[in-house]
Amino acid sequence: MRHLFGYIGEKGYRSRSAALDFFREISGLYYLTRATLYCTFIEPLRGKPNKWGPVWIQMEEVGVKSTGIVFLISFLIGVILAFNSAYQMSRMGALDYVGALVGVTVLKELGPLMTALVIAGRVGASFTAEMGTMKVSDEILALETMALNPVKFLITPRFLALLIMLPCLTLMADFMGILGGYVVGVTTLGIDSAPYIQHSLEKMKVIDVVTGLIKSGVFAVIIVMVGSYLAFIIEGGAEKVGENTRSSVVISMVLIIIANLLFTALFYFIT
Amino acid sequence: MIEVKNLYKSFGEGDKKIVVLENFHARFERGKTTSIIGGSGSGKSTILKLLIGAYKADAGEILIDGEDVTQLDNERMNEVRKKFGVMFQSGALFNSLTVEENVALPLREHTQLNDSTIRIIVKMKLEMVGLRGAEHLKPAQLSGGMIKRIALARAIALDPKIVFYDEPSAGLDPISIGVIDELIMSLSRKMAITSIVVTHELPSAMRISDKIIMLFKGKIIANGSPEELKNSDDPRVIQFIKGDPDGPIPFSKSQVDYGEELKQMNI
Ligand SMILES: Nc1ncnc2c1ncn2[C@@H]1O[C@H](COP(=O)(O)OP(=O)(O)OP(=O)(O)O)[C@@H](O)[C@H]1O
Ligand SMILES: [Mg+2]
Repeated sequence: MRHLFGYIGEKGYRSRSAALDFFREISGLYYLTRATLYCTFIEPLRGKPNKWGPVWIQMEEVGVKSTGIVFLISFLIGVILAFNSAYQMSRMGALDYVGALVGVTVLKELGPLMTALVIAGRVGASFTAEMGTMKVSDEILALETMALNPVKFLITPRFLALLIMLPCLTLMADFMGILGGYVVGVTTLGIDSAPYIQHSLEKMKVIDVVTGLIKSGVFAVIIVMVGSYLAFIIEGGAEKVGENTRSSVVISMVLIIIANLLFTALFYFIT
Repeated sequence: MIEVKNLYKSFGEGDKKIVVLENFHARFERGKTTSIIGGSGSGKSTILKLLIGAYKADAGEILIDGEDVTQLDNERMNEVRKKFGVMFQSGALFNSLTVEENVALPLREHTQLNDSTIRIIVKMKLEMVGLRGAEHLKPAQLSGGMIKRIALARAIALDPKIVFYDEPSAGLDPISIGVIDELIMSLSRKMAITSIVVTHELPSAMRISDKIIMLFKGKIIANGSPEELKNSDDPRVIQFIKGDPDGPIPFSKSQVDYGEELKQMNI
């Protein structure tokens, strides 16, 4: 009996401390995000302008170099969607509407979501690995002792770069996804080009593109902040860098899906 | 001048708590070189990190030019930090930047100098540490000793009033040690720089220091000029100077008796 209570007590204690840890991480993430927003948007207004050189470098690093993989994946997603919906639509005798279905799904959900997930894996991981290595080799401490703010110096360029590039990549992904659907629709599924395009244009609305871009902005914030936070809290050695890099990808992917869910629910209720 | 009073520092909480620094007092005079020596793990780097504001002290005061920096907020601390140059034990160069960009970074961020002036200053600093010509290398292409010297060049880039050195000569060949020692001495002599050197190289400390503070387990066991230290009759100081394995300073870090610990292990 004593053992049982001891066990429950232990378990309770552990879950309590796990909960405490969880809230500590959340509040840490919140403070870092606030500091980043302050450094990025408020400080330039107070006479400490952002330097654009590092932002350009990061834009190339996170944006330009990611285009290949984003193009490929979103094109294939478009193809898969077209095949899948063709099967359902042809049973209802509405094969011409495949284009509309692919277009709306890509614009509203899959374009922003898949782009963000790919970038979380590709860029979020490299943010954590890069800045985590800087943390363990005292480089971040060196910045601080030179009276340079590591948030402004390291996070702000990455933040701005991804905030600009992720929506751009999303637009390209939207285009490639729709193209993928079109190519399959016209060549393999035997849908005529004109009705395919006409039905697509009827159903796709500008508002869908805009909400997709807003979403991708939020996803960008998630990727940068989770990646940076998990780098900045590293204490100790290289093994911790590996561990936190992995967590960074997992956590940002989960948060992106949750955020996407919230957005979808929100749009469902307001429209 | 830096004055440290009643400084305490510990790491960890509860039963894992270890006291690293206990009641540390020191005065680092302007234009003088003060060395802090002690065995590995005696808390030398910790003192340095407390002085530069990287760690928060549990208690005590650190007065830099009369201002208690333990009470400052980050913004005011940054103003104080502009008087510092710090050379870290590991160098802490920015791996993504070249040597030139590393040394130029504090100049680019904190001065209005134009690019060509900055490049001239960088060249001068690199010449001082004997590495002119290494401008375009990345830190990964440098040897350990070269990294130390570049780190020194970066630490003095802004002509600071106070320079902290963490193990400036550990892992260097005798000639480089001589060069670095010479450099530390000439900086403090010519430019009235206050130097605080953390080291366990006793000969080098004896040569460059105006004052030596010897630490053992976070407590000061000796404090005086190199001469006074040599003539000390404290057995702990004598052991450290001679490098004796046997003596009042144990080699083992453990707080628990070895025999007891072996008996307690149930295998
Ligand atoms: N961030 C930290 N967290 C926990 N303990 C620490 C931390 N930093 C240092 N310590 C502990 O404090 C003690 C003193 O460390 P410190 O780095 O000051 O030693 P040191 O005198 O510089 O040694 P060395 O000559 O090997 O560099 C060590 O026992 C170390 O384990
Ligand atoms: Mg040390």
